Amino acid sequence: MTAGVDLGVPATQAIRSDEDVVRVRQLVRTTAVAVRLSLVDQTKLVTAASELARNTLIYGGGGSAEVTTVSDGRRRGVRIVFADRGPGIPDLDLALTDGYTTGGGLGLGLSGARRLVDDFDIRTAVGEGTEITITKWSR
Amino acid sequence: MERVPILKIGDILLVSIQVDMSDQTAIQLQEDLAERIVATGCHGVIIDITALDIVDSFVGRMLSTIASISKVLDAETVVVGMRPAVAITLVELGLSLNGIRTALNVERGMELIAASRADDGDVALGDDEDTETTATP
Repeated sequence: MTAGVDLGVPATQAIRSDEDVVRVRQLVRTTAVAVRLSLVDQTKLVTAASELARNTLIYGGGGSAEVTTVSDGRRRGVRIVFADRGPGIPDLDLALTDGYTTGGGLGLGLSGARRLVDDFDIRTAVGEGTEITITKWSR
Repeated sequence: MERVPILKIGDILLVSIQVDMSDQTAIQLQEDLAERIVATGCHGVIIDITALDIVDSFVGRMLSTIASISKVLDAETVVVGMRPAVAITLVELGLSLNGIRTALNVERGMELIAASRADDGDVALGDDEDTETTATP
């Protein structure tokens, strides 16, 4: 689960095209710099966001990314919620396995993104959609 | 859609990626490069990713695919200029850049290509004078 208090007004980026995936990366990068994540942590978060935004587009048929600055009192962080109203994920354990793909990719998107962030929460229902929440905290 | 320029320097094609590429731009680059390799007969491709602040699984796969395509077309690919934070992230992501040779910068990438052409005993088609001398001290 994701702890912490929202600090700012979330910024939302629609994900409907390739170019929107680029915009998500840029939005996340700007926010990560603003909360002073280290360069390596910025890179990890932007990479995870890129994987998940692409998943939202390809598997979810499009959706949105909501980026918020959060705090748990001690640390600041960036939280991103990726939401789509696509087909959902029937077998979550399988989808989180390295190398498993239904889309012709490398099968590292979901499992790799999970490794790159501090908190990772996924809710999915077949026929309803998928919502993935990730958080990266400052050290 | 933006396009990534491909420069020819002697027997080498140099691609310096300066933009945050959309997936479509990355796919276009694969096609453009394949065409330029055939059109120019170049034996080396250097992809400079100094300006890239992330390499995700899509771009990683693109780099592997370019290396494979180049190989089939008798050209060697070297990826240069990867940032330390990008390298750390790639490893954690679980991406192994299969079949990709890397070097720290463009100059070393060019040396790597020259050396590997010399090892193959090939006579270079370009006008690079020292690729023909295969003798090593």
